[in-house]
Amino acid sequence: MDIKDVENLAKLARIELKEEEKKELLSDMDSILGYVRQIEEVNVEHSVFNSANNNVWREDEIKTREFSRELTTSQFPDSQDGFLKVKKIL
Amino acid sequence: MINLTTLTISKARKALDAKEFSAVDLASAYLAEIEKKNKELNAYLEVYDDVLDQAKIADEMLAKGESFPLLGIPLAIKDNILIKGRKASSASKILENYVASYDATVIAKLKKQGAVFLGRTNMDEFAMGGSTENSAFGTTRNPHDASRVAGGSSGGSIAAVAANLALGALGTDTGGSVREPASFCGIVGMKPTYGRVSRYGLMAMGSSLDCIGPVAKNIEDAKIIYQAIFGHDVLDSTTILDDLKNLEPITYHLKAKVIGVPWDLVNGEGIDAKVKENFMQSIKKLESLGFKIKDINLKNLDAALAVYYIIMPAEASTNLARFDGVRYGLHQDGKNLLEDYMFSKGTGFGKEVRRRILLGTYVLSHGYYDAYYGKAHNVRNTLKQEFMKAFADVDLIATPTAPFIAWKIGEKNDPLSVYLADIFTVTANIVGVPAISIPSGFSEVEGKKLPLGIQFMAPHGREDFLFEIGQEFEKLQKASL
Repeated sequence: MDIKDVENLAKLARIELKEEEKKELLSDMDSILGYVRQIEEVNVEHSVFNSANNNVWREDEIKTREFSRELTTSQFPDSQDGFLKVKKIL
Repeated sequence: MINLTTLTISKARKALDAKEFSAVDLASAYLAEIEKKNKELNAYLEVYDDVLDQAKIADEMLAKGESFPLLGIPLAIKDNILIKGRKASSASKILENYVASYDATVIAKLKKQGAVFLGRTNMDEFAMGGSTENSAFGTTRNPHDASRVAGGSSGGSIAAVAANLALGALGTDTGGSVREPASFCGIVGMKPTYGRVSRYGLMAMGSSLDCIGPVAKNIEDAKIIYQAIFGHDVLDSTTILDDLKNLEPITYHLKAKVIGVPWDLVNGEGIDAKVKENFMQSIKKLESLGFKIKDINLKNLDAALAVYYIIMPAEASTNLARFDGVRYGLHQDGKNLLEDYMFSKGTGFGKEVRRRILLGTYVLSHGYYDAYYGKAHNVRNTLKQEFMKAFADVDLIATPTAPFIAWKIGEKNDPLSVYLADIFTVTANIVGVPAISIPSGFSEVEGKKLPLGIQFMAPHGREDFLFEIGQEFEKLQKASL
């Protein structure tokens, strides 16, 4: 890994990083990846675990849940006429 | 004066029902204690201003002759669990002023019983860490030695209960975040079976690992909290159906009284000699109770931590993508929407959170997915099978809870050395089994008596085994003091 990789990951994750932090993160990533890479050595077959968790289905019924519209909309960083306002996308 | 040091939930229940003291008296006693100690310990991020009003409602219920196990009991709630109309920040700047718009299912259940919420407790930001040093709002200190960490990530909830700032608490455990601090602070912390407790209204970190668990002074109290919060929930489709009826009866006794110990791991490198010594003493005590100790050799157990530090950041990076400054939380304005995202996340997330998001993004990215995430899943499945096999021969598996005692604040700078604290706890999350940490004595370090804990893991769905061994172990512990 090099600084370019860290920058690319930060871009993918939409996180702004300062220059000095990029270096720190590079060395942290190297040490953590160095540790977790030990699973390469583990010899296991490709396996699909027969989990006890089954697919969960429910009827498509309308049920009202108790959300507070007021609490939700009051936290919009920007709004207009009760709608969430975001910057132009196109 | 109510003696908070010796008070337990079950004792308080009796006293409240017998009108020896009121819920308001009890809540006031805790508020006074919080006032005295929280400044130093930093266990609570916020103490609610309506605690006495909540207690009054509990007293009204009591006056009507109602009684629930947690009616009028003052509890502390970890800051990543939503309570409608109250702040929930996950100890992060990005959610510093976020107000929850609904109740988590566990909260709704506690409210129904008339429990009193004292406040929200400190934690590692988004539950990422083992010491609460990653909180954006300061570290929680260990009540046994304020120069040391309380553990984490549920450090605030655990320190609150250990220092008599709450009678019980809720924490969350993704890789040991209830059990490790419980061990560091000398109380009981439990991680139920994956899916046993609803996570509706819990901020997700590693969705295939996260569990909400009880924090209490003893096994009986942990059981009371557990029984109040467990159960299937249509709002969380990962909860398991209440198939308890199909299990052998709850009064059942550990069948063969055999406890497995993965000696390879316990005797491995990096385990503090004091921890090992204390564990050996615990094992002797268990033998004196008539338990047979069996060496279990799980081939891939030592890979569990590596598996964990691939799967957890992968899931966390996905879950935390939602915090983008658009709908709620911190918003930093940029020239365009992309800059809004970059700046909001860049300033809102702390260092460890950024680290894990990048790590997760890496192991999920094209070209690395198979080598890391895919492989980790295969190893995880194999480990699950090894555990199921092991439980055919043993009732429980025991290990120390943590490989060392609580460290000095600021002592561990390198992230990997903190990750290694999870060596014994992550496995239960990876395979989904229930596990508990129980106080197993003290070790004297620099003139301070610091607590240690023993961890028991049980087969899927057998929380009752943990309570049973816990009660027996607790009795022995008391007798040996």
